[in-house]
Amino acid sequence: MDVFLQTVVAGFLKGGLYALIGIGMTLIMGVMGIINLAHGQLMMLAMYVTFLLNTMGVDPYLSLFVAMPTLFLIGVVIQKFLLNPLIKVDTILPENQVLMTVGIGMVITEVARFLFKSDYKYIKTDYANATFFLGKISFSVALTIAFAFALAFTAAMFWFLLKTDLGRSIRATAQDKDAATLMGVHTGRITVITFGLGAALVAAAGSLLAPVYYIFPDLGGPFTAKAFIITILGGLGSTVGAILGGVTLGLAESLGATYLGMEYEDIVGLAIFIAVLLFLPGGFKRLTKV
Amino acid sequence: MAFFRVEKLVKQFGGLTAVNNVSFEVKQGEIFGLIGPNGSGKTTTFNMISGTYPPTSGKVFFKGKEIQGRKPHRICHLGIGRTFQVVKPLGRMTVLDNVIAASFSRENRMRGAREQAEKTIAFCGLDPVSGTLAKSLPIAGRKRLEIARAMATRPELLLLDETAAGLNPTESLEAVELIKKIRENGTTIVIIEHIMRVIMTISDRIHAINFGQTIAEGTPSDVAANPQVIEAYLGTDYA
Amino acid sequence: MKKNAVPLLVLAVLAVFPLVVTSDYFLHLMILFLLWVVIGSSWNVLAGYTGQVSFGHAAFFGVGAYTAGLLFQHLQISPWWGMALGGIVAALIGLPFGAICFPLRGAYFALASLALGEGIRHIATISESFTGGMMGIMIMPSFVSKIPYYYIALALSALSVLSIRLVIRTKPGYYFVSIREDQDAAESLGIDTTLYKNVSLAISSFWTGMAGAFYMNYMGFVDPHVVFSLHDYSVMAILVAIVGGVGTIYGPAVGAFIMVAVQEFFRSGFFGLFDYLGRVTGAPAFASLSEVVRQAHVLGFGILVVVVILFLPNGIVGDWEKIRRNVFRIQPTR
Repeated sequence: MDVFLQTVVAGFLKGGLYALIGIGMTLIMGVMGIINLAHGQLMMLAMYVTFLLNTMGVDPYLSLFVAMPTLFLIGVVIQKFLLNPLIKVDTILPENQVLMTVGIGMVITEVARFLFKSDYKYIKTDYANATFFLGKISFSVALTIAFAFALAFTAAMFWFLLKTDLGRSIRATAQDKDAATLMGVHTGRITVITFGLGAALVAAAGSLLAPVYYIFPDLGGPFTAKAFIITILGGLGSTVGAILGGVTLGLAESLGATYLGMEYEDIVGLAIFIAVLLFLPGGFKRLTKV
Repeated sequence: MAFFRVEKLVKQFGGLTAVNNVSFEVKQGEIFGLIGPNGSGKTTTFNMISGTYPPTSGKVFFKGKEIQGRKPHRICHLGIGRTFQVVKPLGRMTVLDNVIAASFSRENRMRGAREQAEKTIAFCGLDPVSGTLAKSLPIAGRKRLEIARAMATRPELLLLDETAAGLNPTESLEAVELIKKIRENGTTIVIIEHIMRVIMTISDRIHAINFGQTIAEGTPSDVAANPQVIEAYLGTDYA
Repeated sequence: MKKNAVPLLVLAVLAVFPLVVTSDYFLHLMILFLLWVVIGSSWNVLAGYTGQVSFGHAAFFGVGAYTAGLLFQHLQISPWWGMALGGIVAALIGLPFGAICFPLRGAYFALASLALGEGIRHIATISESFTGGMMGIMIMPSFVSKIPYYYIALALSALSVLSIRLVIRTKPGYYFVSIREDQDAAESLGIDTTLYKNVSLAISSFWTGMAGAFYMNYMGFVDPHVVFSLHDYSVMAILVAIVGGVGTIYGPAVGAFIMVAVQEFFRSGFFGLFDYLGRVTGAPAFASLSEVVRQAHVLGFGILVVVVILFLPNGIVGDWEKIRRNVFRIQPTR
């Protein structure tokens, strides 16, 4: 029983981080219809930023506030110069934009490899591997802090989308781009800002993950896959869905690792993906609309 | 046995009932009009007939056979063709290729399909633009291409969805001529149209619906005089 | 007749190539080129003509390779039989994939195909007892000289392009393009879109599978990391087709030639430029630069993807008018 509870707790905490990754992607997907296959690579960049700052003595949780704006800017540049222009291009291949993000992801990965080499980097903090106990269940300090941050950011995201003008403009653009334009929303700017926001969110996830994970250029791919599974599981454009999806994936991976074996962790994600395609296309979002 | 019949068709989308208990019968060789204000359920009815989606309840009979719920390509093979309200040209193909693609539903070999396509293009007056890319055609050409494509599948029943919308008066007249020609050629037609001048002049009988329900059926003059129809289009002051 | 002149000429040149050029290095490159003509052309059938963009063609390539390899390893069946079977098994894998994933619209199909490629790679890596896991499969090549392989590859590429051309210019070809242009319109014209999407997938996966099986025979060694590689096979297939020209018959062949050259450009460190400079100047920096460039082929591919999509989305053959206007400054006569 203890093992089970432990597994659930670990999975739940991890799920908070995953939710943060998923929200960024679902926002981008919901607003622009862009499937960003470079999402994990953006996170990887944030992790390297965190690493660099750490070598200069900056605590990883503080470097979050540097990584986020940095990735925001990178996201803005990507959307403005590489993705927005594609809207006007008339070509046979409809999946240009997805392919473009694949190309961007490849470039980001290889540039990182060039700058930092392929070996694994670690961030050492005193409290990173510490745990505290509630009864017999151990909680990883780092993951708990990450979970708390994730909660805070998610709440901030909700407030932002619901209460601010910019947030409303984003939601309007997500629902109907043309209608939004007619109502005075500068949709070109909104798409740029949204991509930046999505990048910033996944950057936060990266900084939060850095203390408990190893950093290497190729980690982008698997995390993009996770982000995508979470988004599909939650339903496109659904922030609540991304949260549920993130927690679900976190739990599933944790349970899979404990009861099936470590090497099955990735297969769990794939299995969920196939299951969603077969049984619940549209994701959790569909369940809420009845 | 009626040539074509829909019986108590109902279509619900979630909580919205788009079509509520619509029934009508079409005689072979006639031009049967379907009118109603925007959103009254006309295209939804067409979609149920052509198989885009199945009815929530109700039946569709074609030459005595029940056909509701079948896939669109099966409906085409059974002999029912349709055009779309928002035209769907196969943009990066030429007009000729568009119609050849349609002809393959009845011809298996390239030569036969091409011959059939050329005949249909000539019949529909599209010869001058035969080699033009479909996406380069203006709206009148696209509408005509929709019709030519449907005709190349050699339908016995043709569903026309707002073929005159967006056309100027000259183009509308030309469209009407083509529709008459199609009927003379032996095809039965059910036509949805907003432009009263068009539908009132060519229809033999008209069925009027509003909010998904039948409000009138009869000859054009009968239907035009019907107070409910007038109210639906012009408001209660004119009824 | 004039339309066929250029391809026939190219075929003739290719047929006599090994008689003129005997260097193993160039023969190897040409064999790679011919292999990519097959893979690129078959990807093009599904994506360029039918509009179903696959990001996971490595799955079919790898399955073909493993079919040939495993049949030999476990049942001692000659890998040449494996070639025909490699294509068939790949096509069979395509069937459930198509059944599940074709109803998905647009980009979801692309992503599902990506999952297919990666998923099969994982499975091949994990099932050690069956596939040898990370160790892969090794078999003895049948021929010592490259020349027989060259002609087999040539036959494979000629057959594939020819058969694809035959299909495209007749009813299925029209149906494929109709599905690409407007699936709903296609249905209304009597086209069973589900059936034809699967036919397109079967053709596409079959030829790619055969290419994979050929690869097994030629190289003698495969492992999951190599043959199911997203970058080296799935993305490369896409690049070959889009650089050359999607939705054209010979575009992928042009793209194959260019992409193999680009790939070799990186692999050899700019065709040995840096090695040469290193030797001439004695500076060790050039050696390490050479190594960097070798690793950078993925970066090069990534940049190429970005550039091609932005500026030449219909490929060299597809955007030929655009190229003439902008690069050669030739104005169209109209």
